[in-house]
Amino acid sequence: MKSLAELQAIRDKAKAELNLRQENPDAIRVLVGMATCGIAAGARPVLNAFTEEIAKRGLQNVTITQTGCIGICQFEPVVEIEVPGEEKVTYVKMTPEKAVRIVNDHLVNKNVVTEYTIGANT
Amino acid sequence: MRELSLNVMDVAQNSVRADASLISITVNESKEKDLLSIVIEDDGCGMTEEQVQNVTDPFFTTRTTRKVGLGIPLFKLACEQTGGSFSIESKVDCGTKTTANFVMSSVDMVPLGDINSTVSILIRCNPNTDFLFTHSTDIESFTLDTRQLKEILGGVPLDNPDVVVWIEEYLKEQTQIIYGGVIK
Repeated sequence: MKSLAELQAIRDKAKAELNLRQENPDAIRVLVGMATCGIAAGARPVLNAFTEEIAKRGLQNVTITQTGCIGICQFEPVVEIEVPGEEKVTYVKMTPEKAVRIVNDHLVNKNVVTEYTIGANT
Repeated sequence: MRELSLNVMDVAQNSVRADASLISITVNESKEKDLLSIVIEDDGCGMTEEQVQNVTDPFFTTRTTRKVGLGIPLFKLACEQTGGSFSIESKVDCGTKTTANFVMSSVDMVPLGDINSTVSILIRCNPNTDFLFTHSTDIESFTLDTRQLKEILGGVPLDNPDVVVWIEEYLKEQTQIIYGGVIK
C-alpha cells in the first residue's frame, strides 16, 4: 500500500540528493498541445511517452508542460521543443513512438528530427 | 473524445487557464442509481452571465487562435446522449462549477476511461495549481489532495519523478479498492 509515510521518505531522499530543481533558466521545455483538438487527436499518450522516456534516461533539465491550442488543429497532436538559445522546433502529428525518437535524437543528441517537423509536413 | 476522462482533462484545462488555485474533480459512479456524475469545480476567474449562456455553443469561444470552441459542447453531448443532464454555474471572480450526469446503462454511454492518467498529468503539469480528486463507487471512495501532499513534501515539487510514481501507484491502488478488487 502506498502510504503518506512513503512520501516523507521520498522527500528526505530528494532533499539529500539536493535534487530540488529550482527554476532553471537553461531548462529545455517540451510543450504538448492539450486543448480540445490536441486531446481528441491523442495528445495524452504522447505526453505520457515523453514523461516515461525522459524519466528512463534520467534527464534532469527538461520540463514538460501542457499548452493550449496554437491554431493548427489539423496537425495535432503538436509538440513544441524550446532549447534555450535555439529556434523553437514544432513537431506535428505526433505519436508515442515519435516521442521516444525525439527524446533520443533531439533532447539527448541534439539532432532535430526534421522529418517530423511542421516544415516537412506541409 | 474516446473516453470521458479526456473530456475531464479538457474541461480542467479551462480551469487552469482561468487561473484557479484549487480545482476539484469529483467522480461518483453508482451502479445502484445507474448514474455516473462528474463535477469539476474551480475558484478561477469565472464567467459573465452572457458567457455562461453561450458556452455550450460550439461557435462561441474567447480564444483568438480559432473560431470554434468544442470542449464544453462535446462534454455536454457525451452526457446528454445517454439521457443525462449537464449544467454550468459560474460567477465572475468566484469560480465555475461544471456538473455532468450520465446514465451508465445507456448504449451511448462513453466509458470513463483512464481517469487516473488525466489526474496525474494535470497534477504534474500544473505544479502551481492544487487539485482535489475524489472518486467514489457504491463500495468505497478515496481522495487525493495535492495540498496535503505539498505539506508533507515541504518544497519537493510534485513533478519530482519519485513523487509522480507515488501518485500514479496511489491512484491505481485506491481505484482497485473502490472497485472492490482489493481487500484492505
